[in-house]
Amino acid sequence: MRKFLLRRAILAVMVMLTVLVVAFALTRLSGDLAVSIAGPNATAEDVVTIRKNYGLDRPLPAQFVDWAVAAASGDLGRSYLYRAPVWGLIKERLPITVCLGLIGLGFALATAIPLGILAAMREGTLLDRAIGSVTLIGQAMPSFWLGLLLIITFGLKLQWLPISGVDTWDGYVMPGIVLAFSAIPALLRLTRSGMIEALSSDYIRTARAKGLSTSSIVLKHALRNAAMPVVSVAAVQLGFMLGGSIVIETVFALHGVGYLAWESISKNDFPVVQAVVLVLATIYVGLTLLADMMNAVLDPRLRGG
Amino acid sequence: MRPVLEITNLNVGFPDGTAAVRGVSLQVMPGETHCVVGESGCGKSVTALSVMNLLPRGARRSADVMRFHDHDLTRMADRHIARLRGDKMAMIFQEPMTSLNPAYTIGSQMAEVLERHRHVSRAKGLDRAAELLGKVGITAPGMRLGQYPHQLSGGLRQRVMIAMALMCDPELLIADEPTTALDVTVQAQILRLLKSLQQQLGLALLLITHDLGVVARMAQRVSVMYAGQVVESADAKALFAAPAHPYTRGLLDCVPIPGKTAPGEPLGSIPGVVPRIGEGYVGCAFRDRCAYAAPACKGEIPRNRLSPDHETICTRSGA
Amino acid sequence: MNPRSISTSLGLLIVGGVLAIALGADLLAPHDPFAQDLSQRMIPPRWMDGGTPDHLFGTDQLGRDYLSRLIFGARISLLIGTLTVVTSGLIGTTLGVVGGYFGGRTDDAVMFAITCRPAIPLILVALTVVALIGSSLTVVVLTLGLLLWERFAVVARTTTMQIRNLDYVAAARAAGASTAHILIREILPNILTHLIVVATLEMALAILLEAALSFLGLGVPPPLPSWGLMIAEGKDYMFFSPWVIMVPGIALFILVFGINLLGDGMRDLLGVSARR
Ligand SMILES: Nc1ncnc2c1ncn2[C@@H]1O[C@H](COP(=O)(O)OP(=O)(O)O)[C@@H](O)[C@H]1O
Ligand SMILES: [Mg+2]
Repeated sequence: MRKFLLRRAILAVMVMLTVLVVAFALTRLSGDLAVSIAGPNATAEDVVTIRKNYGLDRPLPAQFVDWAVAAASGDLGRSYLYRAPVWGLIKERLPITVCLGLIGLGFALATAIPLGILAAMREGTLLDRAIGSVTLIGQAMPSFWLGLLLIITFGLKLQWLPISGVDTWDGYVMPGIVLAFSAIPALLRLTRSGMIEALSSDYIRTARAKGLSTSSIVLKHALRNAAMPVVSVAAVQLGFMLGGSIVIETVFALHGVGYLAWESISKNDFPVVQAVVLVLATIYVGLTLLADMMNAVLDPRLRGG
Repeated sequence: MRPVLEITNLNVGFPDGTAAVRGVSLQVMPGETHCVVGESGCGKSVTALSVMNLLPRGARRSADVMRFHDHDLTRMADRHIARLRGDKMAMIFQEPMTSLNPAYTIGSQMAEVLERHRHVSRAKGLDRAAELLGKVGITAPGMRLGQYPHQLSGGLRQRVMIAMALMCDPELLIADEPTTALDVTVQAQILRLLKSLQQQLGLALLLITHDLGVVARMAQRVSVMYAGQVVESADAKALFAAPAHPYTRGLLDCVPIPGKTAPGEPLGSIPGVVPRIGEGYVGCAFRDRCAYAAPACKGEIPRNRLSPDHETICTRSGA
Repeated sequence: MNPRSISTSLGLLIVGGVLAIALGADLLAPHDPFAQDLSQRMIPPRWMDGGTPDHLFGTDQLGRDYLSRLIFGARISLLIGTLTVVTSGLIGTTLGVVGGYFGGRTDDAVMFAITCRPAIPLILVALTVVALIGSSLTVVVLTLGLLLWERFAVVARTTTMQIRNLDYVAAARAAGASTAHILIREILPNILTHLIVVATLEMALAILLEAALSFLGLGVPPPLPSWGLMIAEGKDYMFFSPWVIMVPGIALFILVFGINLLGDGMRDLLGVSARR
């Protein structure tokens, strides 16, 4: 078990190193970053000055090493636009994005798990197929469009919820629902297939032979075993949701990390973009590690090692 | 004496048209070991699962009589039968490796039976579990309670399954090929254990097996099943002394019976396999494999009573 | 007909229909999708108050015929979907087949690449690339193609591993066939059905991502009638004229829904499991 987690941790570090390279390479794609920063109206001298000031005249490997070493020690550079340390900008906005992601995941789990269980218990029936179409609808729904529809309906027509911002808690409801939609299909499908497998297993027959109640059979004996892959995928989905929140934050004008990234992209503020890529990737990698640990807790076979 | 379990004319069909059990009748008396024997696919497990109401979804079950003590199992809703399962009637299965939940400790899985049926605390349940683990011959029961199934060997897991089945002092224990998946030496130990428990506790034991050697060691009564039917039922002694159905004889030729088979004598085998029987099948299902098959075997087969408790269905035995 | 084949047929019908519309856009579109007419702005669809028979789905904020833009938009969605899947399919299949066939260190490297890919935030990176290089159809296709290959790689790798040691591959190897020959002639044809199923499901994803990028202003450039872009342009008017976002949104939903139905149907038909 220790060995297992150690291997996963080493892998995580290697993934992070790769992400560092990708994030760096990303901003050097345009060829001359200084031109991009300077913008369309800059003179040739401006570009030269910028190149000097930001150290862009040095060889690429040197630039990378400087940046990566600084990033690894927590210094993510300075924003061109805000003229402030990037980490501060991100730290300010991270709670909104994380909150949104957790609420989205909460909605998604609260929908996907009961529906997945129900579909598995009624496998092959009309109800199962009806639930299956929920998956298909969730998969085909463009999230930004769903966001706009909710804004029109609940924000404008019914006026139940605020249409933008998170000054009050209910500002999270609509974006949370939209975000949940993207995670529901995978979670539901997995819960269903895991439960079908668990419910047809020998130990469930034993549980029934012991005369246990249906709720104990389904929720205690089957769900516990079906939960392990769901935990892994939930962690991955949360990572995807945080990465995908850029769309939803823009639609609902939530000033989280996604919004910051979008703003920075459109204004060529690349240290911020790089940093957000790095932070989101770190969170994703951390979440997959967390999922490994939770599975080790859930599955005694992994724990015993 | 009233039988603990009484089944008359049990029929089970599956949605794919398989008639897995066709008109099975059998009785299990208190304190008696009743063996159901037959090759794989004869409908033994389906018969046992019918009693427990554990048939897979989609299976159709009907019976003239299916009574456990005073409980009419044909009329009871599953949630009422569930109150009997694990309490008054218990079952153990062929696959000890997969029959325990990998996610919970042995103790937790055993204790919950008592919690469910006797509404006792977890601590009481664990005490009872430890007591029974000792009874089924597991050393250091206290330590075992905290272990997970994957930490135990197949033989130990089957002992745990037996102990778990005994948590509420059942009157009927159904054991579906409890030793088939185990090593030969472990098989013998488990059979010995079942026999001694059965005698100590006065259990009615419905023991399912494909091995007449097991029958010879365990049974007071025997029902021989073939293709969903009981083709011969008799007192164990009478069956081994005078097997009436060609299928029973074929099975007997396949196994060495202590005291009957001379050492070194070659064993036979029945050529062919058990056919899948659909609804509305007429005639003897064994006729394609039977050395004595005659034209009459394609028609209705008479039921013959050779003695008050020796019955068979075969065209020959009546003549 | 069982429900499965009904839904597969529906998927086929939708995808076939959209394909026909995309191919015949020049004939079908009643107007030039780019022709502006500022005197005819924001006319609602025909069945609503103020609609005119000339514009079935109304006009947009620049007076362009909405139906015509919708029809030409189908072309963009399908084009981007197809080209993206071809790109990502090539990358993913190559990686997966090579990893699965050679095993060992090579496979470790492929597995590592597959592990790394999802750590990179998809939309964020795509937006950045498009912002830096400039938005065009080609850039969008290449960017998405470079980012969406991992499911191809996973499926190609596992299926290749399954058939690597089968008799006919071993026979070809024994007969002295070159590795390239074995990979292309023996392995590839046998994993193709699996890849086609992945391709359908990935195509749905690519179309949604293109729409999202265009919605954020960093997908295909205006005035191209991408459905995502149409929604973005209609956003400012949606409070008073919700149909401006309903029309392209429903089209997008139906197309993606149809592709997914088709993909699921094919997966069941071919007995392939390609889901994550
Ligand atoms: N779930 C099922 N669906 C269809 N047929 C089944 C099912 N379970 C068992 N059968 C069929 O019922 C017959 C009896 O099976 P079973 O009782 O398991 O035999 P055994 O005597 O080996 O225990 C077999 O022909 C088997 O194929
Ligand atoms: Mg059986």
